[in-house]
Parts: sequence; C-alpha cells; structure tokens
Amino acid sequence: LANDRLSGNGVALRGPYISMITNHTTNLLIRGGMLFVVGVFLALVLNLLQVQRNVTLFPPDVISSVFSSAWWVPPCCGTASALIGLLYPCIDRHLGEPHKLKREWSSVMRCVAVFVGINHASAKVDFANNVQLSLTLAALSVGLWWTFDRSRSGFGMGVAVALLATLATQLLVYNGVFQYTSPDFLYIRSWLPCIFFAGVITMGNIGRQLALYECKFVQEKIHQD
Amino acid sequence: MTVRERLRQNISAAFYRHGLLCASYPVPIILFTSASILTCCYPLLKLPLPGTGPVEFTTGVRDYSVPSHGTQGDLGERPDWYRGPPVAYIQQVLVKAAVSPWDSSLVPVDVFRSPLGRVFSLLEEIRDHVYTDRSLESLCLQVTDLLPGLRRMQSLLPEHGCLLVSPGNYWQNRRDMFDSDPDILKTVHQHEPKGLHTSATLKDLLFGVPGKSTGVSLYSKKRVVTYTITIALSSYDARFVASLRARLKQLHPSTNCSLREDHMVHVHFKEEIGIAELIPLVTTYIILFAYIYFSTRKIDMVKSKWGLALAAVVTVLSSLLMSVGLCSLFGLTPTLNGGEIFPYLVVVIGLENVLVLTKSVVSTPVDLEVKLRIAQGLSSESWSIMKNMATELVIILIGYFTLVPAIQEFCLFAVVGLVSDFFLQMFFFTTVLSIDIRRMELADLNRRLPAEAGMPPPKPGPLRPREAPPPSRPSPHTITLQAPAFRNLRLPKRLRVVYFLARTRLAQRIIMVGTVIWIGILVYTDPAGLRTYLAAQVSEQSPLGEAGLPPHLGVAPVFPGGDPTSTLNVLPAPEPTPLPENQSQGHGEARSGPAPLTSPQITWGSEDEEVWRRLSFRYWPSLFSYYNITLAKRYISILPVIPVTLHLSPQEAIETRHPQDTQHAPRTSAKTTELQADLTLYKVAALGLFAGVLLVLLLFCLYRVLCPRNYGQNGVQHGRRRRGDLPCDEYGYSPPVSEISPLLLRGHSMDIECLANDGMLLASCCLAGQIRVWDAQTGDCLTVIPNNGLRRSSSSGCWEHRDGWDPSSPARNASTPIMDNEHPLRRRTTPVRPALFGDQPDLTPLIDTNFGEVPPSQMMPGCGFDFGELVERAYKEHEASPPLPFPPSPPAARQRRRSLGDQSVAPPEQVLLAPWDWDSSVWSMELRGNLIAAGRSSGKLELWDAVEGSLRCCNEDGSSGITALAFLNNRIVAARLNGSLDFFTVDIHKPLGLLQYRGPPGRASLPPSPCYSSEDVISCQLTRSVQCAHQKPITVLRAAAGRVVTGSQDHTVRVYRLEDSCCLFTLQGHAGGITAIYIDQTMVLASGGQDGAICLWDVLTGSRVSHVYGHRGDVTSLVCTTSCVLSSGLDDLICIWDRSTGIKLYSIQQEVGCGASLGVISESLLVTGGQGCVSFWDLNYGDLLQTVYLGQSGEGQPVRQLLVLDNAAIVCDFGSELSLVYVPSVLEKLD
Repeated sequence: LANDRLSGNGVALRGPYISMITNHTTNLLIRGGMLFVVGVFLALVLNLLQVQRNVTLFPPDVISSVFSSAWWVPPCCGTASALIGLLYPCIDRHLGEPHKLKREWSSVMRCVAVFVGINHASAKVDFANNVQLSLTLAALSVGLWWTFDRSRSGFGMGVAVALLATLATQLLVYNGVFQYTSPDFLYIRSWLPCIFFAGVITMGNIGRQLALYECKFVQEKIHQD
Repeated sequence: MTVRERLRQNISAAFYRHGLLCASYPVPIILFTSASILTCCYPLLKLPLPGTGPVEFTTGVRDYSVPSHGTQGDLGERPDWYRGPPVAYIQQVLVKAAVSPWDSSLVPVDVFRSPLGRVFSLLEEIRDHVYTDRSLESLCLQVTDLLPGLRRMQSLLPEHGCLLVSPGNYWQNRRDMFDSDPDILKTVHQHEPKGLHTSATLKDLLFGVPGKSTGVSLYSKKRVVTYTITIALSSYDARFVASLRARLKQLHPSTNCSLREDHMVHVHFKEEIGIAELIPLVTTYIILFAYIYFSTRKIDMVKSKWGLALAAVVTVLSSLLMSVGLCSLFGLTPTLNGGEIFPYLVVVIGLENVLVLTKSVVSTPVDLEVKLRIAQGLSSESWSIMKNMATELVIILIGYFTLVPAIQEFCLFAVVGLVSDFFLQMFFFTTVLSIDIRRMELADLNRRLPAEAGMPPPKPGPLRPREAPPPSRPSPHTITLQAPAFRNLRLPKRLRVVYFLARTRLAQRIIMVGTVIWIGILVYTDPAGLRTYLAAQVSEQSPLGEAGLPPHLGVAPVFPGGDPTSTLNVLPAPEPTPLPENQSQGHGEARSGPAPLTSPQITWGSEDEEVWRRLSFRYWPSLFSYYNITLAKRYISILPVIPVTLHLSPQEAIETRHPQDTQHAPRTSAKTTELQADLTLYKVAALGLFAGVLLVLLLFCLYRVLCPRNYGQNGVQHGRRRRGDLPCDEYGYSPPVSEISPLLLRGHSMDIECLANDGMLLASCCLAGQIRVWDAQTGDCLTVIPNNGLRRSSSSGCWEHRDGWDPSSPARNASTPIMDNEHPLRRRTTPVRPALFGDQPDLTPLIDTNFGEVPPSQMMPGCGFDFGELVERAYKEHEASPPLPFPPSPPAARQRRRSLGDQSVAPPEQVLLAPWDWDSSVWSMELRGNLIAAGRSSGKLELWDAVEGSLRCCNEDGSSGITALAFLNNRIVAARLNGSLDFFTVDIHKPLGLLQYRGPPGRASLPPSPCYSSEDVISCQLTRSVQCAHQKPITVLRAAAGRVVTGSQDHTVRVYRLEDSCCLFTLQGHAGGITAIYIDQTMVLASGGQDGAICLWDVLTGSRVSHVYGHRGDVTSLVCTTSCVLSSGLDDLICIWDRSTGIKLYSIQQEVGCGASLGVISESLLVTGGQGCVSFWDLNYGDLLQTVYLGQSGEGQPVRQLLVLDNAAIVCDFGSELSLVYVPSVLEKLD
C-alpha cells in the first residue's frame, strides 16, 4: 500500500513534463498516421472513380485499375491530408477561435460522404459544358464549407491550398510528369480546385475532430497542474 | 420581425397540438403511417428486380422494322429499352461438319482438320456474296482498333473491317496457314487463359459454341465438329440476309433440319457492375453506415436505445422508398443507378431531425405527463426543424436549376424524400418516441416503488405488465424473496420474444425463405438470366436452358421477300457446282449413316436454334468490348441462325492431312488434354482448399484481434486509462468535470483502514489505530479515539499529538488517579491541524483544567462554542440527566464532556491498565447508533461511545484476532482469524430514565438503529461461540435480514441465523476463497471468490441461482440492486450483470488500485473511485455522468474505499484523508 503511494508520488514528481512531451508527440504521430491512411484510401477510391469515367465496360484488371495512377499519387495525397489535418487545429489554436460548429463524428462522416458525392458527381454526371461543371462543383464545395465548417480560417486555408495544389499539378503537367487522359485543358483546370477545396475542408474536419481528443487531454493536464 | 415572431408562435403551437395528438393516439397513428408507407411503396412493385442478366424480347422476322426512338404510346408488351436501332444485328452461320463414313484408317486429328478447313471456303462464300448491289462489306459492322490492352489478340480478331468472327481467325483467315499448321489443337489452346474464368474465352468467341460441343478434340466420340461464323451487321437488309441464307442452304443443304427461322431475338444488356466500380460504392456505403452509427449513438436517456435507433433508420429508409415510389407513380422512372445515389440521399435527408426531436423531448421535465412532454419537446424544436427543412429545400431547388439532368433528377428525389421524411418524422417517429417515453416512465415507476417502502402496496397488474412486481422492502425478518423458478416464469415479454426467436431460429429461416423466394421470382421474371447463367456456369452442355424455352408459335416460315426457295430462284444463284460431290455425298452418307457403327451422325435439334444461349451471357458484351463498344443499356438483335451441314469424305480428310498429324501420337495428345482437364480440377480443388485455409486463418486472426480474451462479454473493452486521462464512458465521451470541492476530513496520520457509518455518524480508523468519529452532515470531527499503543510508542514523534499535550498536562495529572482505578475509561483527543481549524478561536486559555474543582453549573456557559447541533443537543440532554452510574467519578465524566464540546485538546490517558494490549490494531469496525464496535487483532472486542469517545464495554473472550464484525440490532457477530464465529449480545440497562437519544426529528426517517445513551450500562456478553465455523480464517462477514453470512478461505459460505446462531446452510460452489459477500434486506445473497466467480444464492433453500465468471483475479466487492449485480475485481474492472439472467451488461475499467471502490447511491446511480476523483455513472446505460475531483492537486491518490451514506453523500478515503462528497445537484434530477 505504502509502496504504491510512494511510487505514485515519484511518477507524479518527474512525470508530468515528460509524459506531456511524449504524449503530445505520440498523439501527433497517431493523428498524422490516421490522417495519412484516410488520405491514401480516399485518393485510391476517388482515383478509381475518375478512371471509370473512361473505362466503359469490364476494366481488364481490377487491381491495375485501382493502382492505375502513378505510385506516388496516393502517398502524396496522404501526406498532404495529414499536413492539412494537423494544420487545421493548429491554426485554430493560434487564432484563438476554436471550432465550435457540430463537433461530432456523425457530422464528420456526413462531410466525408458529401465529399465523395462531389467526386462522384464530377466523375459520373454528364455536364453540358465545363463551365456548368465547374460552377456546380464550386457551389457544392462552398456548400460543403458552409454546412460543416463555417470558419474563416477554414475557408482561407481551403482556398489557399486549392490554389497551390492546382498550381503544383499544372506545373507537373507542364513538365510532363504526368498527363491527363482528357486533353481538355480547361476541363482539368475547372474541376481540380473545387475538388481540392472540398478535400481540404473534409480533411480539416477530420483533423479537428481527432484533435478534440488531444485538446481534452491538454485541458486535463492544465487542470491538474 | 413581428411576422417572424408570429410565424414562430404559430408553428410552435401547431407542433404542440400535433405532439398531443401523436402521444394520445399512438396506435392508430402508427397504423396510418404504415398504411401510407405501403401505399407509397406500392408502385415499386412494378420496378424490375435488381439483377444484371440480359433481357430478351422476341419479334417476328417478317414484319420487322427498326423501332423508332420516340416514345410512341406503348405497344403492348414492348419493353421500354426496345427503342432505336440495335448496336448490331448478329447473323450466325452454324456449321456442323463430319467426316463420314468413318473408317479405321483415319487418325483422330482427321475428325476436325478437314471440317475446320472448310471454314475458309465458307468465309469466302459469305464475303463475296452480293445481292443486287449490296455486299457484306457495305452492311456489316465496321470495327476499328482493338482496345490498347489487347495487343496479343490483334492477330486473332478482325481489325479495321467487318466484324466477322469464325475459327478461321486462328489462322488469320488464310487457308495456307491452316494447312501448314502442324498442331491445330495447340493453336487453339494456346490462347486459353490459364486460371479460372467466367467470361467468354477466345475459343468460345471464335467458335461461337461452348468449348465442349465444338468437337475439336482428339477425344470426341461423336466426331462432329460444330462451329459458327458470326457476322455483325450494322444495318438490316432483309433481302440480303435472305439471299445469303438461301445461298448457303443451297450449297450445303441440311436435310433433316427443321430450325425455325421466323424469330428475331433482341437481347438487352444491363449495365454491368465490375468490382472496380463496386469499390467506390462500398466505400460510400461504409461511410453511410458510419454516419448512421455515429448518429444513432447519440440517442440517449430513453428506454430502448436500439428501438429508437431502429425507428430512426426505418424512418429514413421508408422515406426513401416512398420517394422512389411516388416518383415512379408520377412517371419519373429512375434512370440513375439507385444503389449509387442512395447513400447520398440518406446523407442529404439525414438523421439530425430525429436526434434533435429525441433530445428535446427527453430534456423536458420528467414529472410531466407523457403527452405534454412530447408536445413541449416538439414545439420547442419546431422552429429549428422548420428552418432546417426550408434551408434544405431551398438548396435542393437551387440544385434543380443547374439544368443538369442527373442533378435535376437527384434533386427531385431528394425533395420528395425530404417531404416524406418530414411526414414520417412527425407521425411515425414522434409516436414511437411517445411510446418509448411512456415505457420509460413505467420503468421509473417500478424502480421507484421499492424506495417508497412501507407505502401503499404495489398496485397490481395492468400498470406494469412488463416487469415483475418489485419486491417491496420487507421488515428484516420476513422473507419475500422470489424463488428462482418463480422468477423464471416471469421473464419480461421482450426477453421471451427474443428467446423464442433464438430457439426457433426464426430470423434465419425467414431470411432463407426470402432468399429462395427472391431467387424464384428472378427465375420467373427473367428466364434468360437463369438460362444463360446456367449455360455458362453450371453445365455447358446440358440443354437445360432449352427445356425452359417457351414454345414458339408455329408461324409459317415466310420471309418478307417470300419463300426462301422462291428467293433462291430469284437469285442469280452463282454456280452451285463447286461442291457437287460433297452435296451428293452428304446426302448419300446421311442416308446410309446409321449403317456403319462408327459413322458420325449430324443431327439438328431445337437446341441448335439459338446456340448463343449456351454461351456465357457475357459472350456478346465481351466481344463488343474488345472494340470499345459497350452493350450496357443497349441491345443487339440476333437473327435466326443459318444451318450448314458439311459431310466430308475420308479421302478429303486424308488429303488435307498435315504430315505431322500422323506422327503425333494421338494418345499422348489425348492424354494431355485429359491431363489438362484433370489438372484444372486439381487446381480448383487446391485453390478451394487454400482459400478455405486462408479464410479460417483470417477468421482466427480477426477473432484474436477483436475478442482478445473476454469473448462473450458484450460491452466495449476499455483500454486502461492512463494517469491523467479523463475518465470517459465507452464512447469516449467525457462529461464536464465538475469542480465541487468536497469536504475534506483531515486528522488521520496514516492511511485509512476501516470505514463505518450509520447515517449520521461516520467512523474511520487509520492504520495507526486511531478511530475518529465524524458528523456525516457537516464533516466535523466529533470524537477521536486514539490507539493507545501508538500513543505510547510514538508520543514524541507526532507533532499533532504534541500540540495537545503540553497545555493539558495538568488535566492528565488530574484525571490520572481516577482512571487508574477504573476499567471502562474514556479517552479522547482532537489533534487538529492548525491549517484546518485555524479560523476557530483558540479556547485553550478558557479551559479550566482544574476539573475537580469546577462545579458543573459553570460548565454550561463554557460550551458556547457551537459544534454541531447533534453534539450540543446530546450534551444538553446529558446535562439534564444524572451522571452515569458506572463511572465512579461523575464530575470527571462531565468535565470530559465539556472539554470535548470546547474543542479543546484533551490529553489521552497515558497510564492505563496492565492487561491492556496496546500493540493490537483495529482490524474491523462497525458503527450502529452511537456505538462503535471495534475488533482488534488481539481478539478483543471493544464498544465505544461514538459521541463521547468513551469505552463502554470490552470483551476479551477470544484470543484470535477479529477479522470481521457485524453489528445488527443488539447483536454483534465477530469472525476470528481461527475460523470461529462469536455471537455477542449487547444488553442495555437503562439506569434511571428512559432517555434515549433519538436524533433530531428531521432524521426520524432513518432506519431505526438502536441508540444508546451514555447513561446506559452496556454490557456485551458472549452468547454463543461457534468454534470451527470454518476451517480457515473467515474473510468476510455480512449480516442482514436476520441472517449472518460468512465467507472463508476454505471456499465455502455459511449462513447462520442471527437469533440462535444456528448454521442453516453451507454453500459450496466456489473454487477459491471467498472474498466478497453481499446480502441485503431482501435476502439477496451474492458471493464472490478468489477464482473470479460470482455466485447468486437463494437464502431460503441454499441453492445456487446463478454462477458467472466475471473477473481475472479476486472479486473485491459486490453490490446488488433490484435488477443487477455489480462486482469489482482485482483486475480493476467493474462488471454489471443482469441479476435474473446472469448476463453481463457491460463493464467499466477502473484505474489501478481503485477497483474495489464502488457504491450504489440509488437504483440507477453508481459511484466509482478513481485517481483522486470519483465518477458517477448511470447504472442503466453505463454512461458516465460526472466526475468530481477530490483534491485540487491533480496527483490524486487512488480512492480505495468508498462508502455511500444515507443522505446521498459519499465518503471515500483519500490517502490519510476522508472526503465527504455530496452528490452533485445535477445528478439529483436523475433520481
């Protein structure tokens, strides 16, 4: 009994700082890993959706169509989503305006579903022209932001990342790293930023929800100290 | 603004009325909604069943015209896909060829070499056929490149020209290549895929008949080679086709052929879903289910979570079905793939309204009537619901104006879905909710009844049809425990239904029957699907499909251009001379066919009419897909087949032989084919075995991962919480931490060992042996009974003792002579910490330490220091009463009392009697009334006055340490280390008056406990001692309801009657020492042992009611409520079991060392201790309600003991301190 208590005190004496550090970093790592996995998964699935637009019937090989894109695309998407998902709560903390709207998993799931739906629409629905496509997608993305985020920082971040990502892909295309199946340049340019924006909002939502646990933990620490 | 306000008021009033309506007439409303759902879903019956098989439609060849695109009326049974021209018209030429007569000079290769060789001349014939100015070239379907992925087939399939497929493609349609091919079989088989496949193979494609019926093998017995030449025509020219038919028939007449030629079959292919397309679909469904899960999880505070979640899902699903049904009723047939848009529709419609409704209704005041609660909940949320609804409608309307057809359709569905969902929420879900709330109210009523003990007897019957009547709390000695058998009879209806379902496997059977019916319907409505499927997969040669064909009409075989023969006459009829001998031979051989035994016989049966049926149903799609032409949602028209019979003479066969044909040992090649077939079989078997093993391994791994060790324990396994983590419930939800500063009872110098309470008083004993008595209401320390041994040995070591020593040394001196010569002595001290009581006046100067000289009259004004109502009252009474008879020195006694009231520090008596065993420690303690019974390790039983701290009685009959004590009425039962059980009787001799302290009137409702006034002479006599009650030390002792139950390390539990200390039962059933026992007034007996088992016993019969294994390691404590059993173990897990069934409801992971600390405040409130905190849980659902931190410093010591007082306060030990926590006010509502 007494031993217990002593050892407990010992831990308490030198524990908090170290445990705080380790917990923080491990927490960060775990969150990053989860976000990465989610990003890779979504990239694979959504890429499959896009691929299907061009395959009419019987893709000759399922596996090859799953990994039809270059190998580096899913990891890139995963890394980007991990970064974004970690950045969002960070920005929230620095701005001092914590995210208040609908902080629960069901809402996050809804957000992911809408994001997949936007991709689905862009891949499956036949639009009359590209302007219509891009307008519809833009409206859907902004609707997504309004429904699930509604924070200025989220919007700004989304726009910035979308622009940057579009620029990066265009640079890659110019340098011939990869090409789109569709030669229509405008087509690519029109739907890409909207998808990026919606993706950023979605990943940010997930990241914030994950960070909620850490926030609780830190508050608890502060309370204890 | 005023308009808005008025609108708002109107809406909420309407909702209020609607809520009243729903709650008043639940059953009619549910019936009404079900009826309306069914009516709205009725149009769905017309929709085709899901399935991807092709659909057929047969028309006559005679009056065929290309169907127009427009929707001109509906032409009878014409399907709606039959519009516009088909992708292609398929004309097949079915060739059956045989070498006859067969003689022994021929080698097996001859069976197919020369018949196959004839394909080239036939092809030439077809290609060169010209009718008027039309050639095949102008009519046929021109194809371009093959798909890029099919380069290896480039040489085998036609490119940049007519789509004309025949076995000749193997040799690029060149006779010379065929003639120079040494091994035909090898050429044919080299392109066969190695693995298993369900789609059409190249051999099927080129031969156009199932692989086994081609006859191209060294092994065929019939020696008839069958193949087709398939021509795809882009446009249909009846006369050209007829002339081609006539020409071929003329060249190669089929004598006994009676194939009908008057029907054209249109085959429509549905969109096929590949695995690659399924992956996103599955992903969306996974997301959908996660959404539903996370949403319905939030439903809370209702009677049946599952029921409401189910109702919510039913609401959403049936609103979707209703929307589809309504849309199709108004002619909006869904062109979108229903399965794909379904998840998005669910997400758009959402479950939010349902949750909001539930939350709002649940949060209305509980004491209202159900009707009013529903109405209030509805009306309070009405505005937000309407607002959300309007917003969604507006968004969808905006979507409707995007003018993209697919989005418009989606929006239309969503609007109808939203409206029907609103309707269902308002009518269906609200009603279900009202029923649920009513049920919960009934359950509440049931639960509350036991608390209202002695109140009107429970109203029988109709009010509570679902649950057994609660046991009314009986007086201690009446026994009303229900026998287990009786309890079994009274299972709740719900459970009985579940058991019935489980017993009869009803659900599985219904699902099976449903599947069978579904398959049957599919078969009936879609014969082509079944037939092609069977043809492709089950048996490729059995004409099973043909048998199912509806008999064709016996229409006269008339072509649009007239009779085939007349056409023939009209035709230029290019020389039929090329094969005269063949023709004549064929005739001759056909006639003389049956004569030679081995001569092959060419027969034409009805199965040859539509050869393509016997192929895989993917035959056509895959053929066209090679050219990037999709057949999905389109159709092809298959023209009647042209039969061609070829009879070849043996000479011809020998002439066309390749030199190697004879060299090839036929046996080996035969063997290879056989071997090949065998190998495929083995491969399949091996693959199946491998897959099976893999599956088992996978399942095993899953099992290990998902249910690590505690299989069958429902409820989420909690990860052990790290230090500092917030305690949370199984969903990871942590309620707000409440910062209630509990009353800290300080004073003990070491960890607290024993705790005892009696409603008003609280006694605690620390490891140092010091006993302190506290007021349970205010938390004030009333009395301190020091351990004498400690006092003596550590008198100089303890500063707090020191403080009290110096000023009162005269008093000690004064009292010493008195104490010296009397045995029942009283000692008390209040070594207070200055930090705690620093605000109190220092009264030491006021104390007149010269006790002997101060008259009693002067004492009264002295005790002006208010120290609790209780004590003061007691002292006033004591003032009035005559002095105690047994202490020889009354003045001393009085002065003692006064000094206590002053909060002064009175010294302990240091000089004590010789026989006193100072080194013994208190092992057990009980508190009843104002008597503390303390059992010491020396075997001494002491009775102390809790208020005054005086030793009232002492018994030294036993020498073995008292491990457990029970104090009931006027009896004390002491269990000793040597396994004996002593029964003591406490006798009170009321010396003069009958003054008894009964406590303030306000607490009269407390359970009557014998109260002893300090004037009574208390004697404690050993009435009976049961030697060897157990063979091993008694570990637990509990007494209630006139029974004493002991548990020992000898694995047994014994039940004694309290009055005559007669052993009633010895309960055996544990495989380890008994560590915990619970018995209460209702005679519920539960015991837990070192084996982690928990047994429930029937005290009347001594039989075991249930036996469950709950913990790894000892069971440390047990509590029963009317419905469940709570147990905690050394594994720091608190398990909650259903009392009647013994099924584990859920478990709570505790922090290390806090496992045993649990208490039940009411029937539904559980308190557990943690690291420096206590947590309150809702017992019914396992939800964490609140966490209260005991100390400001976060480094909490574990709460090891926890005691629930009668006034809904809890006491827990907190290292050397005690914490008195009043149950937070939030929780009081719950009760």
